[in-house]
Amino acid sequence: MTNILIKNGRIIDPANKVDMIGDLLIENGKIKAVGKIKDATADTIIDAKDKIIAPGLIDLHVHLREPGREEEETIASGSAAAVTGGFTSVACMPNTDPAIDNEATVEFILNRSAAAKMANVFPVGAITKERKGESLAEMGQMVRAGAVAFTDDGSGVQDPSVMLRAFQYAKMFNKVVMQHCQDDCLAGNGCMNAGYYATILGLPGMSPLAEEIMLYRDVQLAKAAGARYHAQHLSTAGSVDIVRQAKAQGLPVTAEATPHHLLLTEKECETYDTNFKMNPPLRTQADLEALRQGVADGTIDCLATDHAPHLKSAKELEFPAAPFGIVGLDCALGLYAKALIESGTIDWPLLIKLMTINPAKILTIDKGTLSEGADADITIIDPNYKWKVDTTKFISKSQNCPYNDWQLTAKPVITIVGGQIKFQL
Amino acid sequence: MKKPKIWNNKHLLGLKKLSADELTCIFDTAENYVKYAGGTGQKTDDLKGKLVVNLFFEDSTRTRSSFAIAASRLGADVIELTAKASSLSKGETLRDTARNLEAMGIDMVVIRHSAGGAPYLLSQNIEASILNAGDGYHEHPTQALLDIFTIRQLRGSLEGLKVAIVGDIAHSRVARSNIWALNTLGAKVFVVGPPTLMPSAVNKLPVTVCHDFDSIISEMDVFNMLRVQSERIKSQVFPSTREYSRIFGLTNNRMKRAKKDVIVMHPGPINRGVEIDSDVADGPNSTILKQVTNGVAIRMAVMALCDSVK
Repeated sequence: MTNILIKNGRIIDPANKVDMIGDLLIENGKIKAVGKIKDATADTIIDAKDKIIAPGLIDLHVHLREPGREEEETIASGSAAAVTGGFTSVACMPNTDPAIDNEATVEFILNRSAAAKMANVFPVGAITKERKGESLAEMGQMVRAGAVAFTDDGSGVQDPSVMLRAFQYAKMFNKVVMQHCQDDCLAGNGCMNAGYYATILGLPGMSPLAEEIMLYRDVQLAKAAGARYHAQHLSTAGSVDIVRQAKAQGLPVTAEATPHHLLLTEKECETYDTNFKMNPPLRTQADLEALRQGVADGTIDCLATDHAPHLKSAKELEFPAAPFGIVGLDCALGLYAKALIESGTIDWPLLIKLMTINPAKILTIDKGTLSEGADADITIIDPNYKWKVDTTKFISKSQNCPYNDWQLTAKPVITIVGGQIKFQL
Repeated sequence: MKKPKIWNNKHLLGLKKLSADELTCIFDTAENYVKYAGGTGQKTDDLKGKLVVNLFFEDSTRTRSSFAIAASRLGADVIELTAKASSLSKGETLRDTARNLEAMGIDMVVIRHSAGGAPYLLSQNIEASILNAGDGYHEHPTQALLDIFTIRQLRGSLEGLKVAIVGDIAHSRVARSNIWALNTLGAKVFVVGPPTLMPSAVNKLPVTVCHDFDSIISEMDVFNMLRVQSERIKSQVFPSTREYSRIFGLTNNRMKRAKKDVIVMHPGPINRGVEIDSDVADGPNSTILKQVTNGVAIRMAVMALCDSVK
């Protein structure tokens, strides 16, 4: 085992309220020391002048497609894309084929990610068997195998009695239940936000109500069960308000926002470009601003890419027929910096908090800090690095991404997982 | 045909972006083609040697045959392709269909598709001219053009006319194309129907929304009665055809309160006794069959114009 000394960087460790210029020593895969380190010897010395030394970034919402759709992404390719994007840990969603709804599939994912040796992969199990929304999946077995949370992501659990039981049951393991908030009756066959652009483009719309009604329902159910709840990818101003009010009541409700909902609006669909087709859909400028405000005031706890790889041929279909979703791991950090720091919404310490300790707490995983003795998962960021997005260079197997040619500032330059350098710019 | 200076559109995908001059150019061109449209046996050779593909992913009788007749009156050859299994239900993708057509050396594609934006997608992947014969709820430009052309023939100008479009505005491509072009030409558009048949952002469209047909009946110059789709009743956006007809149907009684010279239009096919009474559909104010004839002239015009831009 080697040791690594990172020198002269701006150490930002929100969990320990640290923001200082200093050094960090890694030994045997763990953080050995943080601060002014003199006389240290190391096999590798990294000069981090003008760089940020942060706990390894965590994305608690990605789709790695394996098992079932390996032509779009695999655990190996997705976790390699993750480290390229500065992520040392990702939580993968259970809408695979077969779904992650049993112990064996959880173990399969952990085995594949251990073999890939890139980012840590934390499996999220399905709430219900086959994600059908009907009967509870074997949560206990999955927890024992290593599942960190539960969701039927891709669809919301429609039946409130099933959702109530899920809250009650998951509480026994202190695991969070996460929801893709979408009332299917209200969403109908919508393929973009219901509003002006859906009206003029002649495309079926999805009302903000479809998201907000399920979110509101879930908050009440979680309250009744006394369970933790995490709302995935908020997209509307109304949703931000619902979460804000839940928090004001002291309920253990958390929420995430994606780069696209913080940067793009429904207007982008004007050219029928399916790289702007996501679920929940892109909304209005007012929604985008409410989400940024929610990030600034702590209503939104963490940032998540909802990395959703799809084949080029699928995204080349007609807008209503093309699948929802875009990839995000490769370029997320620059996008968050653009949406939140360049816009003056938040500063680097808060951005790092939203990408490290906060998602770690939601998933109850022992990650997201630079505490001495912690796993040496570290991301070194150049906050002033100017670069242009080139989707053809993505490590992800898929390139369905609307940001090609975007000019971004800020990029991870080194990603260290368990004391091993996994990515270096 | 020699390209008119004002006309630079190789494709006709919708009317939203067309200027008053461009619309007028289509109408003036169509005027010259009316004599071929009515069945005199005359033909032109404006599209002689050209190959037009009628590519219909949705059922259609009149639009499809109207385009075929228009192409044949222009001297073009027409290939009929019915793609029952669109890419929405697997099979070949639209992009692959486009590439295959391209390889066969076609000049023009007339496309109808259930997905809004499908003609645009096709136009991005093919060199041939694309004519939109209706896409999702997006646009049906030639239908609106023939509607407005018919009004223009009767009134000379659209300026200041009050046009009521009555029915399922939410799911109507005919309504959208009419709304854009009528506004461009200075008409005032009223959309009439229950709130459940209005698009989500109807208040942001350049129209007056009306849920009380009787309150505006006497001031309208044109009624354009949209067909009530039976599948809408299944999705329960209104309770019954009987109730719909009572509140929004163009009945004999309502006609008595309308202007004497009001123009009564319908894009067809008609549900007699639902959105329009039989007597009204066949009455002196009805232009329904005139619209059909004009449809051929309008389609000849847009084919010739789009073909002139090469």
